[in-house]
Amino acid sequence: MLIPKLHIPDGFVNLPVSALFGLLSIAFVGIALKGAAKSLDDRTTPLAGLTAVFIFAAQMINFPVAAGTSGHLVGAALATVLVGPHSATLALTVVLGVQALLFADGGLTALGLNVFNLSVIAVWVSHFLLIALKRVLPKTKSGVTIAAAVAAYVSVPLAALGFTLQYALGGTGTIPVGTVAGAMIGTHLLIGLGEALITFMTVSAVIATRSDLVYGWKPKLEIRS
Amino acid sequence: MSALLFVIVVVATPIQNLVAYSLFFLILLILIRLAKLPYRTVFIRSLVEIPFVLFALLMPFFGTGPKVQFLGLELYEAGIWAGAGIVAKGTIGVITAIILSASTSAREILIGLEKLRVPAPLVSIATFMLRYLNVINDELGRMKIARESRGFEERGLRSWRILAQTVGALFIRSYERGERVYLAMLSRGYIGAMPKLSDEKDSKLAVALVLPGAAALVSITTGVMF
Repeated sequence: MLIPKLHIPDGFVNLPVSALFGLLSIAFVGIALKGAAKSLDDRTTPLAGLTAVFIFAAQMINFPVAAGTSGHLVGAALATVLVGPHSATLALTVVLGVQALLFADGGLTALGLNVFNLSVIAVWVSHFLLIALKRVLPKTKSGVTIAAAVAAYVSVPLAALGFTLQYALGGTGTIPVGTVAGAMIGTHLLIGLGEALITFMTVSAVIATRSDLVYGWKPKLEIRS
Repeated sequence: MSALLFVIVVVATPIQNLVAYSLFFLILLILIRLAKLPYRTVFIRSLVEIPFVLFALLMPFFGTGPKVQFLGLELYEAGIWAGAGIVAKGTIGVITAIILSASTSAREILIGLEKLRVPAPLVSIATFMLRYLNVINDELGRMKIARESRGFEERGLRSWRILAQTVGALFIRSYERGERVYLAMLSRGYIGAMPKLSDEKDSKLAVALVLPGAAALVSITTGVMF
């Protein structure tokens, strides 16, 4: 059994709210496009493209939990610490778009909702947490790694909170919002633990071998040519 | 795109309009026929929505308002409608996306996105993603073989460290490949935009409007009649 990834399908949240979040997502993706162009210039396309592939592939690695269940990575915080918030937003947005258009995973009208929760909320929450934590924690490699783990832990329930907000605004179901909020945030506090652990171990693996590739470690990307 | 408009019309239709919904499913059946897709494939691929179906099945047990007796269970009427609405709309959305992805090549979908004024960088990122998906997937497969040939077993929390290192290595390999691809593109004269490979055939706006138009017609007429 798998812990399902929550990509909202069509018809779960009504159209005005879907459209609202669609517009919000477009605005944020627009900002990310500008930001990525500034930091990466014309390397944006291949690097963000390969980051998107990486996220997609990393989401397919199953991490076994007890009793035959397994979970997988969301990757928002991981992508943020590795490639920075702009490229992370773009990569996750493209992953969600491709999943909706080509793999029928997540509804077409709900794409804005999903993009908002995962590639806007989760990524930017991680980003600001990383900045804040790096001030407090020692400026060492393990400091950055711990900051990434905390960001991963917080970003998952907050993305769930985003879903709860959308459900409260335009949900078509009759289950009371309080119940949904409790269930969503409760389970995602647990899922967040796994996400934090995987992010921690992944970031420490990358930072040990190629620390120059970790955006959160050195904010200026080195150009190796 | 036609598919998106169709889904929008469907989502906008109230679930109480049962006739309209049966007609929507009929339209989809005709489409599957036209696209020559095996029903089995469509069915198997639509299983992705199961978690949400479970959620919808819980609906009748919550809520307020009038109750109905069914098989000795007390169910809320509003909850039944809401649950049915979610299942029906979700299923229609999933099947539409399956038809779209199975009948249209990835390249055509990307060209379609470009025409819908999706920002060009996003489209080219998606192009890269699709192009390198298999490459990176194979990389992952090789890493799995390497892990297993060293006696690794995917069991319990203790295997997480190894798996996380796999994710890390995968990132490094993907990123370095991205750099190599970029340099290769530069040396072949890349100037920041992808060249157009073929003259694209224009799909007619009118053709694209047939499907959502039909759905809107169904939705409105049945809404008036019943």
